[in-house]
Amino acid sequence: MAQCNQGLMQAFKLQKKVQENEKTTTLWLDGDLENVSPGQFVMAWLPGVGEKPFSLHSAKPLALTICAVGPVSRAICALKPGDTLWIRGPFGNGFSLHGHNHLLVGGGYGAAPLRYLADEALKRGDSVRVCLGAASAKDLMLIDELSKMGASVFVSTDDGSQGVKGLVTAVVLEQIEANKPDCLYACGPTGMLMALWKMCKAHEIAAQLSFEALTRCGIGLCGACELDESLCARLGLAAGWLVCHDGPVAKLNSE
Amino acid sequence: MANLSVDFLDIRLKNPLVLASGVLGTSATLMARCAREGVGAITSKSAGTEARDGHANPVAMAWQGGVINAIGLTNPGCHAEVSVLIESKKQLAPLGVPLFASIFAPTAEAFGEVARVIAEAQPDLIEVNISCPNVASEFGTPFSATAKSAAEVTHHVRRAVDLPISIKLAPNVYNLAEIARAVVAEGANAITAINTVPGMLIDAYAAKPILKNTTGGLSGPAIKPVALRAVWEISQAVDVPIIGTGGIATGIDAAEMIMAGATLVGVGSALVNGGPSVFGKINTKLQEFMRSQGYQDLESMRGLVHRRANGTV
Repeated sequence: MAQCNQGLMQAFKLQKKVQENEKTTTLWLDGDLENVSPGQFVMAWLPGVGEKPFSLHSAKPLALTICAVGPVSRAICALKPGDTLWIRGPFGNGFSLHGHNHLLVGGGYGAAPLRYLADEALKRGDSVRVCLGAASAKDLMLIDELSKMGASVFVSTDDGSQGVKGLVTAVVLEQIEANKPDCLYACGPTGMLMALWKMCKAHEIAAQLSFEALTRCGIGLCGACELDESLCARLGLAAGWLVCHDGPVAKLNSE
Repeated sequence: MANLSVDFLDIRLKNPLVLASGVLGTSATLMARCAREGVGAITSKSAGTEARDGHANPVAMAWQGGVINAIGLTNPGCHAEVSVLIESKKQLAPLGVPLFASIFAPTAEAFGEVARVIAEAQPDLIEVNISCPNVASEFGTPFSATAKSAAEVTHHVRRAVDLPISIKLAPNVYNLAEIARAVVAEGANAITAINTVPGMLIDAYAAKPILKNTTGGLSGPAIKPVALRAVWEISQAVDVPIIGTGGIATGIDAAEMIMAGATLVGVGSALVNGGPSVFGKINTKLQEFMRSQGYQDLESMRGLVHRRANGTV
């Protein structure tokens, strides 16, 4: 791993790739990222291609779980061991573990930051349950890895091809009713996050919701990642909430 | 308590800090957030003749000396911008914070047209951005490059609107005083100085420029001396008020800019560290400084560097 440009960008070499599902790859890099916590994000750059934000799969060593959905993510997923990937960051606030009974929820590739969070919680000896939802079995990921680490994993798919048929929110509700967690942590589509927040309010559970946004500067200047005003109102956040600067994790108290 | 209020043209501001154009001026909610954090006035993101996506990522990053950006004038187009500005004004008015609307255009005539459209929103001032360094491949040399082209844009905007106008100048010229005099002669009510300084970053490991646009505009601490010099020079050349912008991050920086001759002080890249809360911190530090040094108001500091040099104070 090389440091360059006065710490602006760090050039990492790709060590190993793990195919998580049809479109998603975990890229293990050849060095650590310091002073970072789960839920924070980095900007990954490929010269001449572009730069996009990604959450962390692991910090030591650095690993990113990336779903190939556009030109930049496709190019990054196509890298070969020995190739270089440039990283700046970490940025944003990240999750902070609250209590000792944790319920993690990932929708689609929103599962990406949960392994790192689960790892931190399990290292403390805490209870970790993870609910993963996706459109279909081929879109699920990280189930085996999270189970092996010691988390209890519950799965749903929209088409019923794996786990419970339907939305992940139904699985989450079941888990809340069986054993109320100290905090719910979620990453995924905005609709899922808002439905979970409604549920957390009804059950008086603290929530930490990680939002995805079009990220341009990543440093709180350009305004591109502002969360919609009506969403802010529903979440009880002051209007003008910036996903890259104030988030990406909205930390909400249901009381 | 030292008095931070300031008269700028016919506008009374609570304090001299202005949100610089291009930073968080994209929505009414973000502008209102900056107003709640204590900024004295807001400048919106530049709007042009039509909607633009801007450049692709990477568009901006923090480096050792501050920030470099080539956002590429992302904006919804002036017609859509009018409703953003109307809503912004509605949210800013109860907070006692005036709104400056920034505009750009591809030709001098088009500057007049965009100004006429934007005037519908009745901003407190129109800031005329003739100095964006990041769109030369599409728009050619910025109008800020010569006194003639800067004056021509000013002429068209002046004919188009009755609102106060401020012309935003670039630092990378050898005849700043001449350019300032030329725009004031065409009716500019104020001057904003400076825009970002053209620059680039290269990644040695990639052997490539980092910004997608190759070059960008530098801002932050690296350019404060450049901005101070520009404001110092312009304030000797013309009598209109100056919005001094470039590398202002602390109350002491703001005092220096006012001493160089600025009436208002633009703040932009300083938000990179603490977000909009930086405005309150700058104001607090500026007041502390003024109290400790015996300045009752901003007027007693303004242009002090010139007066000291002339031996008048």
